Amino acid sequence: MTSPHAALAAHAVTKRYGDIPVLDQVSVTVPRGACVAIVGESGSGKTTLLRMFNKLVVPNEGTVEVDGKDVATVEGVALRRAIGYVPQDGGLLPHWRVQRNVELVPWLRGDNARTSRAREALTLAGLDPDRFGQRLPSELSGGQRQRVAIARALAAGPDIVLMDEPFGALDAITRSELQEMYADLRTRLGVTTLLVTHDLREARKLADRVVVMRAGRIEQDAPLRQLVSQPATPYVAELIRRALDDDGRSQ
Amino acid sequence: MKLLRAALALGIVCGSAGGLAAQSARPIVVASKPFGESYVLAEMFAQLLEARGLTVERRRGLGATEIAFRALRTGAIDVYPEYTGTGLLAVLGEPSRPGQSAGAVFDYVGREFLRRYDVRWLPPLGFENTYAIAVRRATADSLSLRTLSDLARVSSRLRAGFTPDFIGRPDGLPGLTSAYGIRPRDVRSLLPAVKYQALAEGAVDVVDGYSTDGLIRRYNLVVLQDDKAFFPPYEAAALARNAAIRDDPRVAAVLTELSGRLDVERMRALNERVEVAGETIESVARSALSDLGLINVSARGDTAARPARAGSLFDYMSERRAQIGRMALRHLILVALSLLLAIVFAVPLGLALERLPRQAEGVIRGVGLLQTIPSIALLAFMLPALGIGIVPALVALFLYSLYPIVRNTYSGVRNADPAAVAAATALGMTERQVLRHVRLPLAAPVIMAGIRTAGVIAVGTATLAAFIGAGGLGDPIVAGLALSDTRMILSGALPAALLALIVDGVLALAERAATPAR
Repeated sequence: MTSPHAALAAHAVTKRYGDIPVLDQVSVTVPRGACVAIVGESGSGKTTLLRMFNKLVVPNEGTVEVDGKDVATVEGVALRRAIGYVPQDGGLLPHWRVQRNVELVPWLRGDNARTSRAREALTLAGLDPDRFGQRLPSELSGGQRQRVAIARALAAGPDIVLMDEPFGALDAITRSELQEMYADLRTRLGVTTLLVTHDLREARKLADRVVVMRAGRIEQDAPLRQLVSQPATPYVAELIRRALDDDGRSQ
Repeated sequence: MKLLRAALALGIVCGSAGGLAAQSARPIVVASKPFGESYVLAEMFAQLLEARGLTVERRRGLGATEIAFRALRTGAIDVYPEYTGTGLLAVLGEPSRPGQSAGAVFDYVGREFLRRYDVRWLPPLGFENTYAIAVRRATADSLSLRTLSDLARVSSRLRAGFTPDFIGRPDGLPGLTSAYGIRPRDVRSLLPAVKYQALAEGAVDVVDGYSTDGLIRRYNLVVLQDDKAFFPPYEAAALARNAAIRDDPRVAAVLTELSGRLDVERMRALNERVEVAGETIESVARSALSDLGLINVSARGDTAARPARAGSLFDYMSERRAQIGRMALRHLILVALSLLLAIVFAVPLGLALERLPRQAEGVIRGVGLLQTIPSIALLAFMLPALGIGIVPALVALFLYSLYPIVRNTYSGVRNADPAAVAAATALGMTERQVLRHVRLPLAAPVIMAGIRTAGVIAVGTATLAAFIGAGGLGDPIVAGLALSDTRMILSGALPAALLALIVDGVLALAERAATPAR
């Protein structure tokens, strides 16, 4: 599995807060251009794992690599400026207009073309910069705010994007629209994506591979088809059964 | 950014009104303590010095003995009326020796003050003003009280209303307790202005007064005899800084003209005119000096005893509107300058504490402790280092303004939209950038609310600046309290309340301007 050219790789990482292990000997790789979903309940450690890749969390044991480089040797701020990030609630700066929010990372990187980059990113995310650029986040719908958050993550043209429950707070129709928009976008741009979600159906729509986590350990790491056909543990089987049952009922 | 702009705007307001600290060639500074007789005597000193061609500056109503005497020692004032007994017990800290003659006490304090403090007692004015422990006539009759020994017998059944000064001084309640065994059931601290009324209305049974008080007679009170001669002689005299006399010997020569000229009856009559009839200090002092043949009053007509307490509050205030306006401006400058200093200090402190969350609560609590120091105590405490006048007042107001600003700055930046802070960090802002571009702008309205709180509190606290001669709207309040003159009190209190509303309103606008659009 481990390839020297993986965009993201965690090797046997362990994270403890005090004596409580949040992650226990976890290894994951994301090949360049792929989208991997980490699925699990809250408390499973999936967000902690995600945050190791932009050095917001430092493991007690194990190593984390981005583009083949050990992040322990990389300066955190520079690393974060090179990686796109989309949080669940958008995390837009409420006092900045949309345009300025999207310009954030290019501005931090001292990019003189930040205005045009932000306009491009907004367009990619499906928002007309002329119409939305001067609005405040409070003047947008939830879906529009998430589009701005995605535009902000992409504005500096990163190769890697981390997404933490990016569509979790949206209504079903908007969620579905944004999922399709991002699925299309990431393949077009070739962006490596690590997606944290508790929603298997979202994983199915977006991800090439699914990592199921539970209580700080990996239950199974495989393409969705394989999870369905050969669940490695009873927990995975149960997870699949419930997701498919829900699917059956809603369709 | 907006916060900075608001602070700058405030700074410009202060700056344009500043420049009041500058003082030119030094006049003789005549001060008084905050009660009627002290005002009258100080005004007589001042007018007499002026009549003899000296330049005088008045600093009326300085705190109490503690503040007035420290101000004299530090050279902030040059002369004020004092009483030998007070000098003996309250300043020198000597025990009271029953039976000491007035002459012996005067010689002793005269020698000791010169030796220890380089301060000179000028020859006595001619009357004694001792403490007078007074009860209602009905109380005296029903309990057959004539002397302090009689009072001791029944004191455990009585409620006392004493001035704060008296409660603490060795020649006050503590001395009375040890000399006579007087232990009232309840001791309330009452200001002179309300003391007699509280007694008359039966809220308390016994009060401390002065034997020359105009009000003792008015309320038909019985003064209990000091049968063990506990109170030392309290001869009134001008207390002057020796250095001021060395600089200009006329000060001593002129003030000595009053020596031996005021007897108890005359002084009591003057006090009554101020405290009961409500004549102005200036006119009472002027007519007294004229009656003594010390000055010639040109027939200007205003020496006639105008019944000053007649007429409406509105007329009273509109007559004095120029003066009230000046005091209000000075008040505002005090508040604005101290608030600006507090902002410059407390906002960065609050921001720094955000980075040191472990120390933060401790530091903020420490700043909060400043709030619990009574303002008079704080002012007295700073006097040796800062003297009297505007500087200590500014420092005190500054210290009182810190807490709400530090507290709000800290919690404002700490609680700023966590999602925005987390996202900004995850996208590569440094901590400093997060503070400057996210936390601070989001906290601005909370910080402004703290500034607003501090501003309104400062308007109220600044009235206390009068106790250390810093002027402002506290002047008429302190004087009015000393003279039991409600209109005078209101002529300071009403504009102060209005000023508080205006400060609150202006800062509310600044708060709105600082609120980021959402």
